[in-house]
Amino acid sequence: MKIHEYQAKEIFRAAGIPVPPGRVATTVAEAVQIAGEIARPVMVKAQVHVGGRGKAGGIKYAENLEAAKIWAQRILGMDIKGLIVKKVLVTEATDIASETYLGIILDRATKKPVIMISGAGGIDIEEVAAKTPEKIHKLTVDPRLGLLPYQARALAFTVFRDISLVRQVADIIMKLYEVFWKVDASLVEINPLVTTPINQVLAIDAKINIDDNGLFRHPEIEAMRDPDAEIPAEVEARAAGLSFIKLDGTIGCIVNGAGLAMATMDLVKHYGGEPANFLDIGGSSNPEKVLTAMRIILREPGVRAILINIFGGITRCDDVATGIVAAFRELHPTVPVVVRLTGTNEAAARKILKEVELETAPTLDAVVQKAIQLAGLSEE
Amino acid sequence: MAIFIDKKTRLVVQGITGRDGAFHAQQMKKYGTNVVAGVTPGKAGTRVDGIPVFNTVAEAVAATKANTSVIYVPPAFAIDSIYEAADAGIETIVCITEGLPANDMMKVYHYLKAKGVRLIGPNSPGLISPGLSKVGIIPGSICVPGPIGVVSRSGTLTYEVIFALTSADMGQSTCIGIGGDQVIGTNFIDVLTAFEADKTTKAVVMIGEIGGADEEEAAAFIARKMSKPVVAFIAGRTAPPGKRMGHAGAIISGSSGTAADKVKALNAVGIPVATSPLDIPGLVTERLKARRPGAKKAGVKKSAAPTKTAKKKPAAKKTRGKR
Repeated sequence: MKIHEYQAKEIFRAAGIPVPPGRVATTVAEAVQIAGEIARPVMVKAQVHVGGRGKAGGIKYAENLEAAKIWAQRILGMDIKGLIVKKVLVTEATDIASETYLGIILDRATKKPVIMISGAGGIDIEEVAAKTPEKIHKLTVDPRLGLLPYQARALAFTVFRDISLVRQVADIIMKLYEVFWKVDASLVEINPLVTTPINQVLAIDAKINIDDNGLFRHPEIEAMRDPDAEIPAEVEARAAGLSFIKLDGTIGCIVNGAGLAMATMDLVKHYGGEPANFLDIGGSSNPEKVLTAMRIILREPGVRAILINIFGGITRCDDVATGIVAAFRELHPTVPVVVRLTGTNEAAARKILKEVELETAPTLDAVVQKAIQLAGLSEE
Repeated sequence: MAIFIDKKTRLVVQGITGRDGAFHAQQMKKYGTNVVAGVTPGKAGTRVDGIPVFNTVAEAVAATKANTSVIYVPPAFAIDSIYEAADAGIETIVCITEGLPANDMMKVYHYLKAKGVRLIGPNSPGLISPGLSKVGIIPGSICVPGPIGVVSRSGTLTYEVIFALTSADMGQSTCIGIGGDQVIGTNFIDVLTAFEADKTTKAVVMIGEIGGADEEEAAAFIARKMSKPVVAFIAGRTAPPGKRMGHAGAIISGSSGTAADKVKALNAVGIPVATSPLDIPGLVTERLKARRPGAKKAGVKKSAAPTKTAKKKPAAKKTRGKR
């Protein structure tokens, strides 16, 4: 899960990482009020879950209240890469002497947290990593031992000489590492971490991605979820225990298991169709889940056929069949539905499905081809 | 022969009185797995399908000499269950539970590695050595004994592949789901190493998906160390970047972890990647046929990269010895 910069900064502040004063605003009046409280030049920053906000014109410097008002007006409601800005962070503008990148991620290869620091801060770190990897200093931390102060210092020394700055940065690295663990982050990032002309160190940006698997023990983070930043159908699916990702094709897919769902989508594409979505109904699926899945997919305007592919293991085919029949009775689908059910309680499922009008197919490839054919017919 | 589990497997089921635990304990027993114990704190003295239940894994091990455990407890308690099993002297832990926090798993991974305990999963369907033993939830009915090893990051997709193999009269030595998470205990290379050393296994089917670089690393390993043919499948060719595709580990981050990269890495070392799971049996037959007349030649030709490493001495022995 992604959280906004202003939320990440609240977490930083609580952890003792220095950030400039500022608050979030949802209206122009609020933004102006906050700028007035700060009583110094401010930055007005769009709060959307997308990179390159600055380049898109979503981050602006405001010398005075009048400028803050104009920028807040312009940025609130702005479309940045398909996302409408509903919130801006109004924060004190900082005099910048230097910019540093600082980040911690879970490294899948070593199964350890990796801390990265680079003097080439403020810009796209992936680009730096690709073009000039020598400019990034990395430290792999033993997750059981944790980060040691000397390691944080050594990292700080790779970028700074001044001992006062090194101490401040090392302290921030230690605290950032604590935040990484405390909130079950998969990524924490300060880009840039700046020094001011009077040798202060400040995090003027903040990014935290949370491991979804850790959310169950962080209700305070779950509460930060921004429904505006997510696709409504995906929110509804998650609430129903479904894993759903919207795409732009015409073949709606309902599958059990993530790998099989991906493989089914891939085959749709391979045989010349376009998947409308990824949807995994999960393991022990009850009929209700199938009904919700059908409801979500039928709502998508581009869908021309629905493909249901179930390989029963823990998932019982008869449960799925019951869900399909319920969906037919309740939703009256107007697009063709083609089903392939195999595995646990397959025979019982066949019997149940006789009650409704749908196509069946014996194999994975067959069900995909059939769905594409039916989608083509329903388009005509 | 098979890998990781066989007739010597003595299984303890952690979370045996739960809905999933009870159901699958029964299923595994029915399949012929030697299920010797179950564990649920506070339920000692009871039985599930005749299987004695203990309060702790240590008690279960002391009383029944269990050497393998399977975990069906909810995610909030599963991390603790893994540590409990490792500290009780269990050699192989199979974690079915999905949804374990990745950061905790980093600690678990290194703790178990230092102890020499094997962990399969989490978020794994488990494994089955057809005709010998089954640990986890893979339906036994779709498997038959034979020479093909199957390793996968997925669940139902694995069943699909096993079913295709069985339908083509290709039995399996062991089928193993290593799990769909970011941090997993046993990776492709660990399993490939074991399959290479296993006498029954004649060819391996490897099912990968988007996210991480395990498939790329496996490709390099296969080129250097494996004499047995490998056929691959990669799920997620149509997956959009930045979206978690059901599995916690199935995500394209930035531009890394794409299916295209993985297919390319595998093809570069001569490993065919099937378009449909149904094409896999045909590809396996092809590879086995290509091997048979001049198996050695084919082996030499494949390890084009670092020829210096002795390819007849797989690191397999080391890993197995450690267990």
